[in-house]
Amino acid sequence: MAKDSHLLIQRDRDIIRIEFLDKNILEEALIQQIGEEIAQVIDRSGNPKVLISFANVEHLSSAALGTLITINNKVRQKEGQLRLSNIDPQIYEVFVITKLNKLFQIFDTAEKALSSFK
Amino acid sequence: MKKLSIPSKLAEAARVHDQVIADARASGYSDSACFAIRLALDEALSNAIHHGNRDDASKHIGVQYDITEKAVSITVCDEGPGFKPDKVPDPTLDENLECPHGRGVMLMRAYMTHVSFNDRGNCVTLVKERNCKLPERA
Repeated sequence: MAKDSHLLIQRDRDIIRIEFLDKNILEEALIQQIGEEIAQVIDRSGNPKVLISFANVEHLSSAALGTLITINNKVRQKEGQLRLSNIDPQIYEVFVITKLNKLFQIFDTAEKALSSFK
Repeated sequence: MKKLSIPSKLAEAARVHDQVIADARASGYSDSACFAIRLALDEALSNAIHHGNRDDASKHIGVQYDITEKAVSITVCDEGPGFKPDKVPDPTLDENLECPHGRGVMLMRAYMTHVSFNDRGNCVTLVKERNCKLPERA
């Protein structure tokens, strides 16, 4: 993890587990930094299996959704798999309203997400 | 009615939504209403800074807000030429779902009771009524 990272990144066998450390994913400099850090991790992996947990997150913006879409596209380009988990009900509603719950594979818990990887 | 003027910097925007949310909470607005106000105001300020003022810190964003028993009303204005909100493509269409941009206006509309723009398109007014259920799904 970089010294000033806003993410907790851990390897769990062949799965990259990422957790946001911030409650608010609103500020664009932060969102850009998070996006770049995750992109670097994906770039270093072949067929990346990535699980992003939102357990700590209370607010996010459309810019954060945009970064998640970019990450999803990058994972798919590398024939990997992306899962999201532990999303607060208020934030999940944002995914529903934007219909991004159709684009992302979202699970209640990290355990369910982990068992869904192929 | 409170009036604020901030330079086009995201750090300044964070202070504005912290102040508005603190005032809304002090007036008894619920957690879900404050979630909605923070989300919509963040989108409005972000649009004003990036699209309106093109990240030019010498330009300013004007914010006026009024919190009453019935509603929270916020107007955000930038110095840009304005835009046509109805020309923004629908981000929920299948062909736009993978586009990383263009969800700000639809989120404001989903989470606020009323959203209106002036004719020029450089000012947006967000109104959240206390008793409005939320959110309305697209």
